[in-house]
Amino acid sequence: MRGFLLNRLSQSAVLLVIVSIIGFVILNLIPGGPLAQYGLDPGMTQEDIARLKEQLGLNRPLWIQYFDWAWRLVQGDWGHSFRDGAPVLSVISRHLFATLLLMGTSTAFAIAIGTWIGIRGATHRYSLFDYTATVGAMVALSIPTFWFGLVGIYVFSLKLGWLPAGNMYTIGDGSVLNYLHHLILPSIVLSLVHVAIWSRYMRGATLDAISHDFVKTARAKGLTERRVLMKHVVGNALLPMITLAGMQLPSILTGALVTETVFTWPGMGRLFLDSLGYSDYPVVMGLLMFSAILAIFGNLIADIVVAIVDPRIRLS
Amino acid sequence: MTERSKIKSAYTRRDALRMMAIGGAAGLIAPNLLGRPAFAQTPPATPAGRVIVGISQEPTVFNPLMAHIEVDDGVHFSLFDALFRIAPDGSIQPNLAVEVPTQANGGISEDGLNWRIRLRDDVRWHDGEPFTAEDVKFTLELITNPDFRAWRTTGHSLVRDITVVSPTEITWRMEEVFAPYLSFLTETFIVPKHILEKDADPNAAAFNQAPIGTGAFKWGQRVPGDHVELVANPGYFGDGPYVERLIFKYIPDVTVLYTQFKSGDIDLVGQTYITPDNYEEARTLPGRVVSLVPASSVESIYLNLKRPQFKDLAVREALYAAMDRKAIIEGLYYGVPSLTETFMPRQSFYYDPDLPKQEFNLERARKILDNAGWVPGPDGIRAKDGVRLSFANSTTSGNHLREQAQQFLQQTFAEIGVEMTISNLPAAVMWGEFWSQSQFDTAMVGITYLIGADPDVTNRFHTRAIAAQGGSGSNNAQYSNPEVDALLEKGSRTFDPEARREIYFRVQELVRHDLPLLPLFANTSVYGRKEGIEGFVPNTNTRTESWKAADWYWAS
Repeated sequence: MRGFLLNRLSQSAVLLVIVSIIGFVILNLIPGGPLAQYGLDPGMTQEDIARLKEQLGLNRPLWIQYFDWAWRLVQGDWGHSFRDGAPVLSVISRHLFATLLLMGTSTAFAIAIGTWIGIRGATHRYSLFDYTATVGAMVALSIPTFWFGLVGIYVFSLKLGWLPAGNMYTIGDGSVLNYLHHLILPSIVLSLVHVAIWSRYMRGATLDAISHDFVKTARAKGLTERRVLMKHVVGNALLPMITLAGMQLPSILTGALVTETVFTWPGMGRLFLDSLGYSDYPVVMGLLMFSAILAIFGNLIADIVVAIVDPRIRLS
Repeated sequence: MTERSKIKSAYTRRDALRMMAIGGAAGLIAPNLLGRPAFAQTPPATPAGRVIVGISQEPTVFNPLMAHIEVDDGVHFSLFDALFRIAPDGSIQPNLAVEVPTQANGGISEDGLNWRIRLRDDVRWHDGEPFTAEDVKFTLELITNPDFRAWRTTGHSLVRDITVVSPTEITWRMEEVFAPYLSFLTETFIVPKHILEKDADPNAAAFNQAPIGTGAFKWGQRVPGDHVELVANPGYFGDGPYVERLIFKYIPDVTVLYTQFKSGDIDLVGQTYITPDNYEEARTLPGRVVSLVPASSVESIYLNLKRPQFKDLAVREALYAAMDRKAIIEGLYYGVPSLTETFMPRQSFYYDPDLPKQEFNLERARKILDNAGWVPGPDGIRAKDGVRLSFANSTTSGNHLREQAQQFLQQTFAEIGVEMTISNLPAAVMWGEFWSQSQFDTAMVGITYLIGADPDVTNRFHTRAIAAQGGSGSNNAQYSNPEVDALLEKGSRTFDPEARREIYFRVQELVRHDLPLLPLFANTSVYGRKEGIEGFVPNTNTRTESWKAADWYWAS
């Protein structure tokens, strides 16, 4: 186990370095840069732009900028946002809660519903339920979230007036109920896609498990269908889901860009898009490293959990 | 009567405003002329309620002297004060100063070099400290501090020998005569010396995240990615504020911004306002006041005159004649913007209404090109001396209205034997070096030519301002006309508005003749607010709808 962990951690470190170099280079290769936003300002002269460039250290050779950034990062300094001057870690942490709330709710919702639909679809294969679920999943996967969100707002906010038209809370309110009220529509819209994904995976995994010999054995032993399903089928079908969940961890924390835009949800997805739009290099790099670390750890944790749950796999 | 018909028939109003700009007595009359019953309601005795302004970009820079963009202005105007304020009619009025310096009142010396500003003695910072001339000196010096990430430094870099005569009087000398500086000072917010001098690095001062000003509103809090909240300053030296809370809510998508205006989540639509395609619906919304407000930017096909295709004036004239501007305005922009022949905003005192009118006439366009020797080649595209009349047009990708206008122009240009290809780029790429170093053939762009509403356009049209030729400025068309250069130099050294008007009329005539830009239309913003918000007056001489939120109040 220890050997496995050390091995994986050293692999991860190399991976992070590679990710950071590629990210840094690509980001800097994009023409324009953080000062392009002043391009149309009639009062900003070329001297003003050149002065800012020097003050931000952007006129140095790229490799020096990279090593400067990496060296600071190793020492725990993630840099400061070009836009508001705040430390990158605090910028990220201030957007994290919003995303965690939205993604956590919708993912939990999606896993619960998706798993149930998947199992039922597999056990009642080719039934009306199964067909409806399959078609529904296709529809949910193919319709853009943006459109779903706007239709949701149009129907439930503008026409019926039941739910707010976006935002995380009413400014000046901020009670738990107010948050929950605002959470309903975006989390449903967001979980539609996830329900579709989870139900498809779960259906496949369940069908796969059902076809195994140990299920026939269990049935031959005279176990009730319910017990066969719960103990033997679902348990085995859930194993690949753990890996899927591990892979989803980074997306839970890095946010849902489209949903956050439609519902003006101040989360990580918006932060990433805005930072990219303004070429806020420190924040974009910070987000990149953050999600890379999450992806690596998500997979690592999933591997460990699978090894613990599944006696056939041993880490070495 | 709609706001639009008012604007279209506004000639008499503009004339009236012109006279007032000279007389400087516009303060009381202007709000009535803008068509709202400013005095029908009275504001509450104590600040009450709140106004949520929805904006499509996020304000992030709160030190008003640091490099920032338009959307930060609303917060700056509410938290801070400048020495002077520019009124909706373009006249400059005192704010932290007690009078506007002129050569007549001795505030500016006869030679235009020595300035003396007298300041109010009743102004306090939000923390209770008195505001003095020391703060003004500190502000002007901070802007030119080489380590400080300052915003515009034009004008400020000419200031020498700043002397604090008394707490209410300050003088300085200008390195050279620069009349536009008065306008620039209307956008130069004064910051507190006693707070900022404590920080070794002004770029990282705590002040930048929780600013302290003299303005009608105090800093409340900021929820990053969501909103900025300001609270009423009861000790404000001017009139107001009348609302308790002023909130700038960031709504990243313009469609959603409009949706939240409909649903009532926001009270007032700020930048970038309501999109033209929603105008017809918006004006019928119950409980909402929607109006058209002329903006300061002019949309044009902006040419790179160093390209061989555009060196010939005949080509520019022919292209201009081949632009069906009315069809674009009516068909694509829902009739919201208005026709213009100049870079000068219509509401400016310096706008020349008598420039030759463009006429859409393909026959004439062809004739101009025929006469100039541009003959169609085998592929139908005209050429002369080995130069094909073919060029690319670029703008920010993803702007659907502009993309449609491009396609429309592409077709009419093709009819006169001109090939226009469309090559759009993401904003950060488009407005980076591609734009500033004149690497484009032509651009479709909305440009604000004036700085702080001053008519000086040296930065845009002077030969010295061609960045691609090592100059300093944004003359990205690489336009060069010695007469324009001379006029611009004269204009920036002239203080008298009447004399300046003559100068800038001539500049407009020359630019209209030379056509470095082919104007499409003068931009118009669709403003929207809830019924019941009183005291709201647009001011397109500033870059924000929230230039004077101190006057806003809810009708009781």
